[in-house]
Amino acid sequence: MSENNTSRPVVAAGEITVTGVSKNYGEAHLEREVVKDCTFTIERGKLTVMIGPSGCGKSTLIRLLAGFEKPTTGKITRDGIPITGPGRDRLVVFQESALFPWMTTYDNILYGPRARGEVTEQTLAFAEFLLSKVGLQEFRKKYPTQLSGGMQRRAELARAMINNPEIMILDEPFRGLDAMTKELMWEYYSALYEESGRTNFFVTTDIDEAVFLADRILIMSNIPTQVRATLEVDLPRPRRLADMVTSDRANAIKMEALSILHEEAMKSFSRGSKAAADFVEAYTKRVVKT
Amino acid sequence: MASKKFNYKSLARGLISIALFIVLWEIGSRSKQWLGADICSPLRGVLAALGFKTAYLPWVGAVPAPTEVVRAWAGVVTDLGYWHSWYMSSSRVAAGFIAAMLIGIPFGLLMAVNRTAYGMGFPVFEVLRPIPPLAWVPASIIFWPTQEMSIAFVTFLGAFYTIVINVVGGARSIDGRFFQAAESMGSSKADIFRRIILPGTLPSIVVGSAVGMGITWEVVVAAEMISGGGSQVGGTGGGGLGFFIWNSYVGGSYEQIVVGMISIGIAGFISSELLRGLGKYVTPWLRLR
Repeated sequence: MSENNTSRPVVAAGEITVTGVSKNYGEAHLEREVVKDCTFTIERGKLTVMIGPSGCGKSTLIRLLAGFEKPTTGKITRDGIPITGPGRDRLVVFQESALFPWMTTYDNILYGPRARGEVTEQTLAFAEFLLSKVGLQEFRKKYPTQLSGGMQRRAELARAMINNPEIMILDEPFRGLDAMTKELMWEYYSALYEESGRTNFFVTTDIDEAVFLADRILIMSNIPTQVRATLEVDLPRPRRLADMVTSDRANAIKMEALSILHEEAMKSFSRGSKAAADFVEAYTKRVVKT
Repeated sequence: MASKKFNYKSLARGLISIALFIVLWEIGSRSKQWLGADICSPLRGVLAALGFKTAYLPWVGAVPAPTEVVRAWAGVVTDLGYWHSWYMSSSRVAAGFIAAMLIGIPFGLLMAVNRTAYGMGFPVFEVLRPIPPLAWVPASIIFWPTQEMSIAFVTFLGAFYTIVINVVGGARSIDGRFFQAAESMGSSKADIFRRIILPGTLPSIVVGSAVGMGITWEVVVAAEMISGGGSQVGGTGGGGLGFFIWNSYVGGSYEQIVVGMISIGIAGFISSELLRGLGKYVTPWLRLR
C-alpha cells in the first residue's frame, strides 16, 4: 500500500470462512430451510461475486455475514475469529439506497468517521479523494433527494469505502438502475476496488455484472441455497466494458455460468417455481441467438 | 440552489378568492336592499315546499355585512382592550404550545426508543387522549391555583397529544436500514439517537406541531369563553379573543363577533405560517426536491 498516494489508512484486508452454515426460519412443522450446508471462503483481497436466482436466500446469507442474524448450524469466521454480531470490520451496502436523507452527500460520506470520532486530516483528505473518485465533488452539499439514482449509489459506495473496512459486503447495490447507468457504476466500482485492494463480497442476480466485476464467482443453487459451482474469472484488470464485450474468455465464462444457472432453474422449474420459468425461457432465447 | 421565484400568480389567485368571498358575503347579507328582491326567496320557497319550516331556515341577511364589520373593526383597533385580547390569547397559546413541545417531544422520543417507557406510558396516554381538552376545563379550574394557569393547561393539552402521537409515530417509522447502516459504521447508541432518530423524527415533529398549533387556537378560544371572562371585567385576568367574542354576543354587538372571529383566523394563520417557516428551516432536505 505504500506506493499508494492516497491517504488510505493501512488496514489488512480480511478473509471470511463459511463452514457448513444452515439457516432455518419458522417453528416446528412450519420450519423452512433457506440456507443449507453452505461452505465457501471469501478470499483475502479478492472480489467474490455471488450469483443465484432471485429469492434463493442470498440476502439471508448477507445478514448472517454481517452479523445481524445467527446461523442455525455451522460457523462463520473472520480471520479465524467467529462472527458474533455486527462490526465495523464488515461493512454492508444495501440493496436500495440507505443514504441518510437529512444529511448532505459530504455529511453522509463522513458519517462513519464522525461516529467513531476519527475525523483526522488524513480522513478528510481521503474523503476528498473518494468524492473525486466517484465524481461527486460538485454535489457534496446536495441532499440525497437532489441526486440521481446513480449518484446516490456512488455516494453510498464512498460512504462505505471511507470506513476502510476489512471486508465490504454489497447486496445488489446497483439493482433498479437502468442498463447504461449500471454499466457506468461497474466501472466506478471496479476502479474503487482495484485501487483499494480490499476484500469485497458482491451479491447480484446479473450475470454480466458478475463476470465484469468478479475475481471469483460463486453460483448458488435455488432455495435452500448452497454453493453450486465456483468459477475463477482470470480476466486482466483494470477492466473496461468495451474489452469485456469483445473478450472470448469473458463470453466463455458467461456461457459456463449461464448453463449452470440454467440447470438450477430447470430443477426449480420442475418443482413449480414461476420465477424459474422466466429464466428458462430467457435462457433458451439467448442460446438460440448466439 | 437558486431561491424560488416569488409566485405572483398564486398570490393573485389567493387575493381574488378572498375578494370574491367578501363580495358574495356582502351581496348575501344585503340582497334585500341591493337587488330590490330577496334573491334567496325562491330557494327558501323550494325548501319550504319540501316541508322545511321557513322560520327555521338560516338566512345570510342575519349575518352582519363586511362593510359593517370593517366599520366595527375600525372602532376597536384604537381600543387597547381589543389588542389586550390579542395579547392574552396569543400568550396563552404560546405558553401552552411551548410547554406541549418541551414536554411532548422528549416524552414521545422516550416512548419511541425505550420499550419499557412505551409499555408503561402508552396505555395511560391512550386512555387520556380521547378526552377532549375542553372536558378538562372544570377539573383544571379546580386543580390549578389561578384561572390563567387552568386556561394554559387546557391549551397545553390541545397540542400535547398531537405532538406526542406524531413524535412516537415518526420515530418508529424510521427506515430500519438507517439503523443497520449506522450500526455497521460504528455508531454508538447515543450517536444513533442524535444523528438518526432526532433528524429522522424532525419532519413528524414539524407536522405534529403545525396540527397542534391549530388545535391550540381552537381550545384557547373555547376555554376563554367558558372561564376567561365574567368575574374580572376590566381586570387583568380573563379576557382574550374568545372572551371578546362572547362579550360581544352578550352585549348584542354582532359586528364585533365577526371581528373577533376573523381576528382568530388571522392569528391562527400567522402562527401556522411562522411554524411552517421554522419547520422548513429545520428540515432543509425536505424542501429541495
